[in-house]
Amino acid sequence: MKFRGKIIDIACLNHFTRVITTISKLTKTCVLRLTPDNLFFVLSGKVANGGVSMWCELSQANFFDEYQMEGVSPEDNEICLEVTPENLSRALKTIQNAKAVKVKLTKKHCPCLTIAAELPTLSSISRVVTHDVPVDVIPRRLWNEFKEPSMPDFDVSIYLPPLKTLKNIVDRMKNLSNFLVIEANLSGEMNLKIETDLVSVTTHFKDLGNPPWGDDASQDGGPSQSRDPEAMAQARVDIRKLQQFLMGQQVNPSKAMCNIVHERGRPPDSAA
Amino acid sequence: MDCIVTGGNVKVLAKAIHSLSRIGDELYVEPQEDGLALRSVNSSRSAYACFLFAPLFFSRYTVHSGHTFRCKMAIKSVQAVFRSLASLEKTVEKCHIELDDQNNRLTFTLHCKHGLMKTHNLSFQDSESLQAVFDKDSYANVFRSHPRLLVDTVMHFPPSLEEVTVSVSDERMWVRNHVEEEGDQSKAMLTELCLASDEFDHFAVQAHNSVTFCLKELRGLLVFAESTGLPMSMYFDEPGSPVVLSVTDSVLEGNFVLATLSDDPNHRKKNNSRRTHTRPPPPPDDFMNDDIDSYLIAMDTSVAPGSSATGPPTPPLSQDKDTQPPNKKFCSLFFGSVLPPSSQMSTQPVSSQQVLASDSEDDVQ
Repeated sequence: MKFRGKIIDIACLNHFTRVITTISKLTKTCVLRLTPDNLFFVLSGKVANGGVSMWCELSQANFFDEYQMEGVSPEDNEICLEVTPENLSRALKTIQNAKAVKVKLTKKHCPCLTIAAELPTLSSISRVVTHDVPVDVIPRRLWNEFKEPSMPDFDVSIYLPPLKTLKNIVDRMKNLSNFLVIEANLSGEMNLKIETDLVSVTTHFKDLGNPPWGDDASQDGGPSQSRDPEAMAQARVDIRKLQQFLMGQQVNPSKAMCNIVHERGRPPDSAA
Repeated sequence: MDCIVTGGNVKVLAKAIHSLSRIGDELYVEPQEDGLALRSVNSSRSAYACFLFAPLFFSRYTVHSGHTFRCKMAIKSVQAVFRSLASLEKTVEKCHIELDDQNNRLTFTLHCKHGLMKTHNLSFQDSESLQAVFDKDSYANVFRSHPRLLVDTVMHFPPSLEEVTVSVSDERMWVRNHVEEEGDQSKAMLTELCLASDEFDHFAVQAHNSVTFCLKELRGLLVFAESTGLPMSMYFDEPGSPVVLSVTDSVLEGNFVLATLSDDPNHRKKNNSRRTHTRPPPPPDDFMNDDIDSYLIAMDTSVAPGSSATGPPTPPLSQDKDTQPPNKKFCSLFFGSVLPPSSQMSTQPVSSQQVLASDSEDDVQ
C-alpha cells in the first residue's frame, strides 16, 4: 500500500484545508478512501453517529499536482483509512503559505499520514515542517460499509437558500424546539417550521429553484413527473444535527441542495 | 526604594510583569544597586524567570544601600496595576514605585494625563532572595535570532502542547513535540520543524544534544520579545541542565530558565533513525505532579563558604531499583545563596556555586 501526493498551488491547498476543516466540525473520525482518481471522506450512517452520514468526493486532479497510489492489491486498488480530520485540519491550517505540501502514507510508530510542508524563508534553505497524523488501516472485509450510499427515492429536490441565512434561522429556532420540519415543493418554495405548545414559527423561502434531475439521476424514475408542483414534501429533523451541519460549513459551495423524502423515518440528505 | 519609570518604559515594565505571570503566582521584587530585579518561579521549581532593569531604565532610581529590601507579592495584584496595555500607552505618563516602610506597602502611583493619579498600595511579604544558579555562558550551544523565528516555530504546535524537544546538529535545529512513549502514543500527532542554521543570527553548536522542556512557560517570554523586537538568545547544554532564553538590551536583561528532562544513562535508548539524537524515556505522569521532594531544591539564604558543593546537578534518583518512580524527571533548577553585596549582584552568579539546602522559606531575611 503506497500513497504519495503533492500540492503546490496555494489556492488548492487552501480549498483542501477548508474541506477538511468542514469535515472536522461534523465528526471526530471518519474514513478516507483513496482511489487512483479520487479521495472520499465517508461517515457511514450508523446509530453511533446519531444517524448522520456524510459522503464527500474530491477529484484528486483538482488538488494534487502529483498523485501516486498503490492500493491493497491490483484488484482492490484502493486504500481505506480511519482518520481524525481534526488532526489533519490542524496540520494544514498552519502551513497555508507553504511552497509545497506532500502527503504520504508512512509507517512510523504506527501507520500515519505524514504531511510535510516546505515553508518559504529568507534564507536559502527552506524550513520543513512535518506532521505525522496517526491513522488506522481498514481491512478489506469492512470496505462495503463505505461504498457510495445510494440516493433514496426522494420526492422533492430543491436548492437551499444561502447557508449563512439558513444557519441564522436555525440557530434561533433551536432555542424554541428540538425538532424542525423542513418542507419544500417543486416550485422553488421551502418552509422551515417549528411548533411547540406555546408558539409556532415558520420561515418561508421562495424562488429557490429546483435542480433538474432527469431520468438518469435516480432509481425508479425519481421524483415523479406527475407530482403536483405545489405539494410540499416534509421531513422532521433534529435541529441540533442540522445546526451542526450548518455550523461547520467553510467551503462556500456554489450550490447546496436538499432532497426530501416525504415523512419517512430518515432525515433528508443534503448534498453540497 | 524609590523609582520612577516614564514614557514608553512603563509599557515595557508592564509587559515584563505579564510575562512573569505566566511562570508563577508570585512576584519577587528585589531592588539592587545595579538595578531592579523582578523574578518569578513556578510551584515545582522547574521554571524561573528574572528581569533586571538597570538604573538607566528609570528616570529616577534610588535604593537605600545597607538595608537590603526583598519582598514577594501576589503577581495578580501587580498585574492589576498595569492591566490594560493599550490604555497604559495612551494615558500613563509616569509610574512611581515607592516603598512605604511604615505601613509595609509598596506604592505604585500612575501619573496619567489630565492630572489623574492612580495610586495602588500593595502589600507584600518579606522574602528571601530567589536566584537560580545557572551559567549560560558556559553552555555548549548558543543561538540568537529575531523572536519572530521562534514565534513562527511555536505556531505549528497546538497551544495546549506541554513539552517540546529541541535537537541540534552543526547546521540544523529540530523542534518537535515530546510524546510520552507509554499511554496513548499511537493516537498522538507528531509535529517536527527543521530550521537551518542560517535562519539564526548566531548558531554555535558544540554538542549535538537534545533537550526537552516545557513550552508553555516560554510563551510569556516570546510575547515579550516579539512586542519589544529584541533578539532572543537560547543557551543549552546537556539534557538535565537547564535551557536559558534571554533578551537583552542596554537597560534591561530578561532570563527565562527552564529545567529539562534528564537522561538516565541506564535507560538511554539509542535511536538509529536518520535523526541521530537519542530519545530519552519519558516520565510516566505529568512531571508537575511528581513527588516534589525528589527534585525540589530549595533556596538558601545563608552564605556557606565551606558547604558541600556536590557534584552533578541531578536530584537523588533511585537508580538501583527497577521500580517506580522511574529515573526520568525534570531536573530542578538550583537556587544558590545570595552572596555579599561586594561580589556579583546580577541575575546570574559568576561561578557555579551549587548549594543544596533544606527549604528555608520560614526564615525571615
